[in-house]
Amino acid sequence: MKVLGIESSCDETGVALYDTERGLLGHAVHTQVAMHAAYGGVVPELASRDHVRRLIPLLERVLADAGCTRHDIDAIAYTAGPGLAGALLVGASFAEALALALDIPALPVHHLEGHLLSPLLGIDAPNFPFIALLVSGGHTQLMRVTRVGAYQLLGESLDDAAGEAFDKTAKLLGLGYPGGPALAKLAESGRPGRYKLPRPMLNSGDLSFSFSGLKTAVLTAARAHELTEADRADLAAEFQEAVTEVLAAKAVAACRQHRLSSLVVAGGVGANRRLRQRLDEAMAKIGGRVFYPELELCTDNGAMIAFAGSQRLLQGDVADSTRGAFVVRPRWPLDQLS
Amino acid sequence: MRLLAFETATRRPSVALWQDGATIERAEEVPNGGSERLLPWMHELLAEAGLTLAQIDGIAFGAGPGGFTGLRLACGVAQGLAWGLDLPVMPVSTLEALALASGKREVWACLDARMNEVYSAVYLVDGAAVQQVTAPVCLPPAVVPAPTVAGVWGVGDGFAAYGDLLIAGKRDLAGVRADVCPTAAAVLRIAAPAFARGDAVSPAQAQPIYVRDKVAFTTAERIARGGAK
Repeated sequence: MKVLGIESSCDETGVALYDTERGLLGHAVHTQVAMHAAYGGVVPELASRDHVRRLIPLLERVLADAGCTRHDIDAIAYTAGPGLAGALLVGASFAEALALALDIPALPVHHLEGHLLSPLLGIDAPNFPFIALLVSGGHTQLMRVTRVGAYQLLGESLDDAAGEAFDKTAKLLGLGYPGGPALAKLAESGRPGRYKLPRPMLNSGDLSFSFSGLKTAVLTAARAHELTEADRADLAAEFQEAVTEVLAAKAVAACRQHRLSSLVVAGGVGANRRLRQRLDEAMAKIGGRVFYPELELCTDNGAMIAFAGSQRLLQGDVADSTRGAFVVRPRWPLDQLS
Repeated sequence: MRLLAFETATRRPSVALWQDGATIERAEEVPNGGSERLLPWMHELLAEAGLTLAQIDGIAFGAGPGGFTGLRLACGVAQGLAWGLDLPVMPVSTLEALALASGKREVWACLDARMNEVYSAVYLVDGAAVQQVTAPVCLPPAVVPAPTVAGVWGVGDGFAAYGDLLIAGKRDLAGVRADVCPTAAAVLRIAAPAFARGDAVSPAQAQPIYVRDKVAFTTAERIARGGAK
């Protein structure tokens, strides 16, 4: 069974074709990062306009790469939320209409379900149940996953998402937008510990996070004196240490509390090398291990949506035909999925 | 020739089916843009006409200007159907459809563009032929190009929002019909001859016509204007 996946929730247009027997047949992503960079952040209206331009060319490329035609598609999964309302609507309206045209099911998929199931696309996939750490520019959440569709929220950020904190701190350090990856690169040449930054909520006793204070602490340190290039690297290194220490500690605490030895990490920040190193070490200490999606599937993509849709189909979770009536859900808590 | 059209640029979305000159339509004011209605309405129209999607020859849509989200809804649905069915697409100006839907001959079409602006154009309608007198613009109501002759009808929700500003000091209008919305049926009357002429495009080429193209300031522009980074 071949499932087409369409992702358009934010600033990446993703299309993929997943075959339940043969795996991923093709996938393509167009990132709008360069377009939004001049604006210092994602401009929702520009994001939506770009999705409309990119969708069909990406789709045609994916089918050509997969050696398939439109008539080979058995179902269409698309991101219905959460995300930017206008951006979501582009993928949703196209997918719902295309499904009617091809007389196949359309499956609205939760964006974060796509992310947290994405490590299952790999050859070395975890078994249920597991703990999932979702870390991106929009989300920082710990979930307990017992099967496809059963997600229990254990804790989340009370303010900024981890990736948001990376981007905002990078901006403070003059690294432009989106500066998260640049900040991580700068941190490699810095010495953590020379500046002292807090480890927010490390000992809060629960699985909640808070990262907005960390950004303020960086601002205070940056204003204390004129920063040299070495100072900036040291500050970046300390910032990265603070964020990754808290993320790793809470992820391991979640595994301990629920007596689970598999940790799944998904979302853009999951590509951060220092975070991976810390998580691998901490999980090894408790006899567990960490599963990551393929590096290219860490950021938003259509493959994870196609895969999540295919798992729903295999499980028989297909709603009765809505005859093309659809809504997008810009805010959609993952634990409200059934 | 059998055609489908979608028009969702205003608060009153509509879907219409054309079969060799005869048109049937569904339209209703909806609060949330119409994504829950559009395709179910299409099914109703096909059933009423005893047709299936496979018998459709082309897809038209109201491409704008109008509400951005609405334009993309109609465009996305048109693209999805047309790409799946391997059909050509005809994007039609929403202001032309508004002018035709008004049933008047000389029309000043104005839609509320929010942010104290209107989408505006002047047309001469002859049967189903809509001739452009002034090109679509997005401008404050006080400065949009108005008709240069008396006796033109002011049409569209732009007159409900900014009627006084639009009319003040301008040539006498024949009257104002602020309640008229562009319709899918009007889109079809414009699209049908265009399909026959071979003016239709591929689904990928079918794009919204926003008219308002500047929607945000770059960081450099904000700094130049004395604002914050």
